[in-house]
Amino acid sequence: MTRALRQAAGAHYGWRDWLVQRVTAVVMAAYTVVVLGVALWNGGIDYPLWKALFACGAWKLATFVFMLALTWHAWVGVRDIWMDYVKPVGVRLALEVLTLLALAAYIGWTMQILWGGK
Amino acid sequence: MKFRIYRYDPEKDAKPYLQEYDVALDPHDRMLLDALMRVKAVDDTLSFRRSCREGVCGSDAMNINGKNGLACVTNLLELKEPVELRPLPGLPVIRDLIVDMSQFFKQYHSIKPYLVNDERPPEKERLQAPEDREELDGLYECILCACCSTACPSFWWNPDKFVGPAGLLAAYRFIADTRDQAVNERLDNLEDPYRLFRCHTIMNCVDVCPKGLNPTRAIGKIREIMVKRAV
Repeated sequence: MTRALRQAAGAHYGWRDWLVQRVTAVVMAAYTVVVLGVALWNGGIDYPLWKALFACGAWKLATFVFMLALTWHAWVGVRDIWMDYVKPVGVRLALEVLTLLALAAYIGWTMQILWGGK
Repeated sequence: MKFRIYRYDPEKDAKPYLQEYDVALDPHDRMLLDALMRVKAVDDTLSFRRSCREGVCGSDAMNINGKNGLACVTNLLELKEPVELRPLPGLPVIRDLIVDMSQFFKQYHSIKPYLVNDERPPEKERLQAPEDREELDGLYECILCACCSTACPSFWWNPDKFVGPAGLLAAYRFIADTRDQAVNERLDNLEDPYRLFRCHTIMNCVDVCPKGLNPTRAIGKIREIMVKRAV
């Protein structure tokens, strides 16, 4: 039987993720407020308004930044869940990689929706 | 007064169970510890720690009706019957209400809970400005009863890696101390996704602290200093 490795702590990171989670939350909140503002201003959002919004390059960019913030925020949060509850390092690493791949795919999908349409 | 108390003697019992007691109290019995002593007089096999009986030593921390607290400063009038007493959650039970605190103290010691100052000590004492000294209020009063850390889900899941609220409160007590010279080493030691950043601001620690301290605020200040030195 192989002896278990000695446990060590002191990865010298953490504050950046913590700060990222807060900054991305502000970005998402700002976008949400703008969307709600547009809805209130126009008495709701119907299909023509939705289409007009997404015809605008700045709106697409803002939506993309929102999605980047969302995925980055989700990365920190989901990894926190794996770190809290999943003890075997191999399983945790696999889950973290899968999470990253899924989030990268979501970003690609967002780009397809925003800029790949007819 | 009626009690349901967690009993477990690993040498005798296959598994833990709750034992019911109904004891007559003296009119002078005010605190839960007084009542526990009555129970102990009826059944001397019941084991629990206690010492100062006035909320200073931190020995009689336990889970009282689902919330961690000190038996000696918990007023009997505030308790719903039957009073359910369990050992502090998350730590190995040695017997009945006595838990093994090794992991808790290991984390406490890991933050070097002592002043680091290589300068020659002055004749009398190292002086501090009153406003510098004020920063230590709400930090130095911790009695290490472990109510907070054992109420913290992050400490339950990672007791070997997460320092826990009590340890982090003590860590900030020395980070904030202007007489200490090891602030950067202390921050380096805590700059870790597990040691400090497992705190998800659940605030159970603040809710249960029998001394009314606020580990969450201390943890927030450590994060703030860490961000300030890096950004």
